[in-house]
Amino acid sequence: MIRLEKRTQPSGYWTALSPILAVGLTMIVGGFMFWALGKPPVEAIRTIFWDPLFHPQFADYSRPQLLVKAGPLILIAIGLSIGFRAGIWNIGAEGQYIMGAVSGAAVGLAFYPSQSVLLFPLMVFAGALGGWAWAMIPAVLKTRFGTNEILVSLMLVYVAENILASASAGWLRNPEGMGFPGSRNFKQWSAVYNAELLTGTGMHWGVAAAFIAVIAAYVMMARHIQGFNVRLTGEAPLAARFSGVSPAWIVFLCLGVSGGLAGLAGLFEVTGPAGQVSIDFGSGYGFTAIIVAFLGRLNPFGILAAGLLMALTYIGGELAQLMLGLPGASIQLFQGMLLFFLLATDVFTNYRVRMLRREAA
Amino acid sequence: MPDTLLSLRGLTKTYPGVVANDDVSFDIGKSEIHALLGENGAGKSTLVKMIFGLVKPDRGEMRLDGDLYSPGKPSEARKSGVAMVFQHFSLFNALDVAENVALGMESPPAMRDLARQIRAVSETYGLPLDPSRVVGTLSAGERQRVEIIRCLLQGPRLLIMDEPTSVLTPQEVGILFQTLNKLKSEGTSILYISHKLEEIRTLCDEATILRLGKNVGTCTPRDVTARQMAEMMVGSSFAAPEPKAGAKGEVLLRCDALSMPAPGAFGTPLREISVEVRGGEVLGIGGVAGNGQDELLMALSGERLAPKGTIWFKGRDVGRDGPSKRREAGLLSGPEERLGHAAAPNMSLTENAVLTGARRKRLVKNGFIDWTAAQAFADHVIARYDVRTPGADVTARSLSGGNLQKFVVGREIEQDPDVFVVNQPTWGVDAAAAAAIRQALLDLAARGAAIICISQDLDELMEISDRFGALNEGRLSPTRAVADLDIEKIGLMMGGAHDMEVVHADG
Repeated sequence: MIRLEKRTQPSGYWTALSPILAVGLTMIVGGFMFWALGKPPVEAIRTIFWDPLFHPQFADYSRPQLLVKAGPLILIAIGLSIGFRAGIWNIGAEGQYIMGAVSGAAVGLAFYPSQSVLLFPLMVFAGALGGWAWAMIPAVLKTRFGTNEILVSLMLVYVAENILASASAGWLRNPEGMGFPGSRNFKQWSAVYNAELLTGTGMHWGVAAAFIAVIAAYVMMARHIQGFNVRLTGEAPLAARFSGVSPAWIVFLCLGVSGGLAGLAGLFEVTGPAGQVSIDFGSGYGFTAIIVAFLGRLNPFGILAAGLLMALTYIGGELAQLMLGLPGASIQLFQGMLLFFLLATDVFTNYRVRMLRREAA
Repeated sequence: MPDTLLSLRGLTKTYPGVVANDDVSFDIGKSEIHALLGENGAGKSTLVKMIFGLVKPDRGEMRLDGDLYSPGKPSEARKSGVAMVFQHFSLFNALDVAENVALGMESPPAMRDLARQIRAVSETYGLPLDPSRVVGTLSAGERQRVEIIRCLLQGPRLLIMDEPTSVLTPQEVGILFQTLNKLKSEGTSILYISHKLEEIRTLCDEATILRLGKNVGTCTPRDVTARQMAEMMVGSSFAAPEPKAGAKGEVLLRCDALSMPAPGAFGTPLREISVEVRGGEVLGIGGVAGNGQDELLMALSGERLAPKGTIWFKGRDVGRDGPSKRREAGLLSGPEERLGHAAAPNMSLTENAVLTGARRKRLVKNGFIDWTAAQAFADHVIARYDVRTPGADVTARSLSGGNLQKFVVGREIEQDPDVFVVNQPTWGVDAAAAAAIRQALLDLAARGAAIICISQDLDELMEISDRFGALNEGRLSPTRAVADLDIEKIGLMMGGAHDMEVVHADG
């Protein structure tokens, strides 16, 4: 008989080991899946994890893509992880990401074609504000009426997608775009274009913001009283209240920070790699960031590593679709597997396995 | 020995890192009430679990009535005639008494027969209980009767009782003792586990004392004093709390017709509580569990905000202030539930020191936590209150109940409160630790602080309080000086709501 026994202290060894084990298991089971699809498993895994970085032909293109993809993932996941630590489940970062992009872009386009140096900072602010405001909807509903933030924030993603559609086809449409949907292209507007800071690295302002967020989140969670209160609320809500922490404040703080960071990510994306508000702007970063947050153990530096790894599977996945003709859904399945195995191996952090022989009577 | 029912020889059980029982031997006679005494962690529960078949001993043997007895699981123990009433009841609130009893049986009879049997047993043994009542509406004492009757229906030869009186009023204790004596007179043996030495002296014929897993002696409780037994338990003499000086200061905390709705479906509303407490004074608040103790603590700590003008601290209305503000002003509190309320289970002791000490101990500067200072504070509490732990960096949940309790009470006292409200300060804590905690409370009062001690342990309240009041269904009785009280009056103050008189066989 196998039994799980709760540990008195979470195992530090397993905390570090379980993400590695999860990646390993994902490679093995994913390999089987590719094999079942009739594709060479080893080559598929190599294409996903190795080729984007080291393939003589593709690496020059795909290496900078690593930071481009990882930036928004990390930025969003950092915000989410703070809420997850407190037991506040913002599932709607995708919506906040879209709203950040739309509101930031709208503020910028209102001043077109200004070349003021203040415009880009203003757009950054508006982007953060848009994401924050979108996250305040579930926060207010939760604290005033006790609604579930998981459902409300998730539903608001679909609302945001519709707002995005109407913006790109209507009120933000490029007046000189000959009727095609999509806003003006920020890449052709030097004052607000979020270009690469160092050529050939993929490093843009959003990536810089992500790195700053990693450090700030680490300092906040480890040293600041607000971070302590967030962790306390997640660990023991009654004890938090006893300590004097207002549960409503924690809800506003967590949803506000995660919404604001998701909005920032959206703004940096729309003014940089995406270049315009378009109907297919929502790329699922907000959902993938949930996986990134957990894969990184809700730890800021873990999230940094997890974001890079997840970005790699994105780029490698695209490469595999191109080179081996793998279906796109199988890549998504592969990414989902990663979360699944992580949660499964995570059990060993807090429990130890005991093999019991049935005791004879 | 023909009159020995259960004989234990050399029982040993080792867990990783700790010997729970080390070569324990003793006999329980037929028709004997045998006490098992010991501090927390002395190995009482492991021993009892071995007798009840929940744990298998590593070494040693047990003989029941001369035959080798090694139960592999509780049902085998029950078949051999060993029954147990646990400290924490396993009852379903939504079901009635008879249904609950049936759930604990291997092959329950038809409901109507069972109800008749329950009624018969409850009348024979003087345990008033209606089989058709829903368990959720019963008092703690009545729930215990459900468990006892469940055991008695099996006609046990040995009945094990784990801390049975911790939830009872004095009158209920009296009823229970009559029942146990009746069982004894009919030939049933009882293994009685308790911390309460006076009770053991009244009730038990023999006592076995465990310390650190070893049997350190057997005595006849009637022939020794409670103090002697306590000393055997802890292995050294400990100081009984000293009564404090009489001079009282001004009123520090006053409740003025404090009423609050119940916090949830299973809570108790507070009704018109008016009371005041002066500096240097200990106000004891008794009452059976679930009569508003938690609610009163949460109202005083600020976890639930009270209506304007109902709570006055040093002449200032603090009813609408939250816990942080009240703490800053000097009104501190200690909730009953250690894990999850007074302390966060998965956080370290250092982090738990920050939990309430952040402001008064200045552990936070410009919003940033000074972890060095926090750890120093935690270490100070650990050293001062003899908290047994490998260090301040272990999680709260890895400490034993008594040690964690010393930590959370010490944490508040070391912040020098003007008023300290504490609920069940020594619940589940061994005698030595309990004495230390009570002494710390008395020392705090001697320094001029006012203390409100909410407790279900009347002996404790009598020992440390100057005045006493009782909570009953959210109402607080008028308080009286403890010097004018006896245990009978207290029982009546605690409220006659639950049936007090013994049902007679013809009733």
